[in-house]
Amino acid sequence: MEEHSALLETPLCRWHEAHGGRMVDFAGWKMPVQYASIVDEHLATRQAAGMFDVSHMGRLSIEGPQSLVWLESLLTRRVTGIEPGRVRYTLIASTLPAAILDDALVSRDRDAPDGTPCMGLVVNASNRPRVVAWLRSQLPASGVRLSDHTASTAMIAVQGPLAISLVGSLCSPGDAARIAALGNYSATSATVAGQPAALSRTGYTGEDGVEIVVAAAVAEQVWNDIHTAGVPRGLKACGLGARDTLRLEAGMPLYGHELREESDPFAIGLGLAIQLDGRSFPRSDIFAAQKAGQPARVRVGLEFDSKRSAREGNSVWDGQREVGIVTSGSFSPTLGKAVAMAMVDEKLAAAGTSLDVLIRDTRQAARVVPLPFYRRRKPTAQA
Amino acid sequence: MAADLKFAKSHEWLRPEAGGLVTVGISSYAVEALTDLVFMQLPAVGKKVKAGESIGEIESVKAVSDIYAPVSGEVVEVNTALPSHLETLGKDPYGDGWIVRIRPDNPHEADQLLNQAAYDALVAGQSH
Repeated sequence: MEEHSALLETPLCRWHEAHGGRMVDFAGWKMPVQYASIVDEHLATRQAAGMFDVSHMGRLSIEGPQSLVWLESLLTRRVTGIEPGRVRYTLIASTLPAAILDDALVSRDRDAPDGTPCMGLVVNASNRPRVVAWLRSQLPASGVRLSDHTASTAMIAVQGPLAISLVGSLCSPGDAARIAALGNYSATSATVAGQPAALSRTGYTGEDGVEIVVAAAVAEQVWNDIHTAGVPRGLKACGLGARDTLRLEAGMPLYGHELREESDPFAIGLGLAIQLDGRSFPRSDIFAAQKAGQPARVRVGLEFDSKRSAREGNSVWDGQREVGIVTSGSFSPTLGKAVAMAMVDEKLAAAGTSLDVLIRDTRQAARVVPLPFYRRRKPTAQA
Repeated sequence: MAADLKFAKSHEWLRPEAGGLVTVGISSYAVEALTDLVFMQLPAVGKKVKAGESIGEIESVKAVSDIYAPVSGEVVEVNTALPSHLETLGKDPYGDGWIVRIRPDNPHEADQLLNQAAYDALVAGQSH
């Protein structure tokens, strides 16, 4: 009987509890790990749609005439080139001992009538306190306003082949058409289930879909409307368990696992998030050296013939030599076998390489495979 | 539930059989709590085990759990059909979902385990 009284709750917490959500402490939040079966929730997302309460993630806004210049000086990704309505993946590095503080999505949500941009940052729940503290410590005397909207809003991810048509069915025809036409990593605003919402065509599952931000006060109504409309079409509410297996199959790194404070982003395949371009930002000199160098270990996918799962921290072996470490591992519901991501010696990273993983004192044969483990089929024409 | 079942606090059940053997499995509460079972490892026949020692493991999508011997003895039979049909654990945890048969060193050791009512009370406390 864990004590949950000190945990933060999203506006959808009561819904989760009323619908059988198994609530756990995740990064200080009381969140559902699953409702019934992780595998069923996972497969519903792959085959129809899944909906996820991701309100625990931090939602920040950065506004004011100096906001672009200021963010440009802090993020690893260039933001001055981002057009309104576009979203980019970035790292947030600092000059603190905790070097890479987080990975995040940065967006130029809209421009104010006077032309100043309104920027958004979505950060990991576990890192929000220190990211906000770091950003506040770097604020200029004027010209930038940083606000944390995490508590006043909710964020609902709707993911899967039916996600766009499902969300569109709760909008006006005009808004539905705009959402359907929205490019990946693009954002817009619309009225969803009668409520003003900010949407982005982003997600963490490897499926098409949107992440929807609404006011906390209307979150349960919006969630219920999506759920009611979706269940007859195969949608399931999904917990963090399915979110993790879905992102693992999609080969997406998770902060604290694949990506850490001292990581070399180029070794993890996150070089795209580091835009040096002669710029100066926290840790840019180290990133430049890492880009020019050859990492000792790189991130790979491992596939097993067995269903016995490697887990984070398991060692990877080439004969009698320890050559790597597992960063995430699980049974893959889509593939029907165990998969893992691992950091292994760069010389052993080629697809097809046979390695062993030591799982609870037993060696399990694995082979290196290209990431992602799962790639969705190109969407077919809309009916 | 059958009156002849005994339970360990670690959620294994035990049933005395003819000839002094005991059959061991895991409770329906444990199966339900684990969910999404994907893998099971059984001990070898002939393995000598002590009460509380791991005799195998059961893995769900989220985590791995040990299966503990409820009594000391020798493993004399294992349910080899089970690992490839883990759904049996959910459908018939006290029948076809049996895991091992043990010849106990001490025929009275099982007397110390929980009876059905005591186990139900334990589980009621764990599920809030």
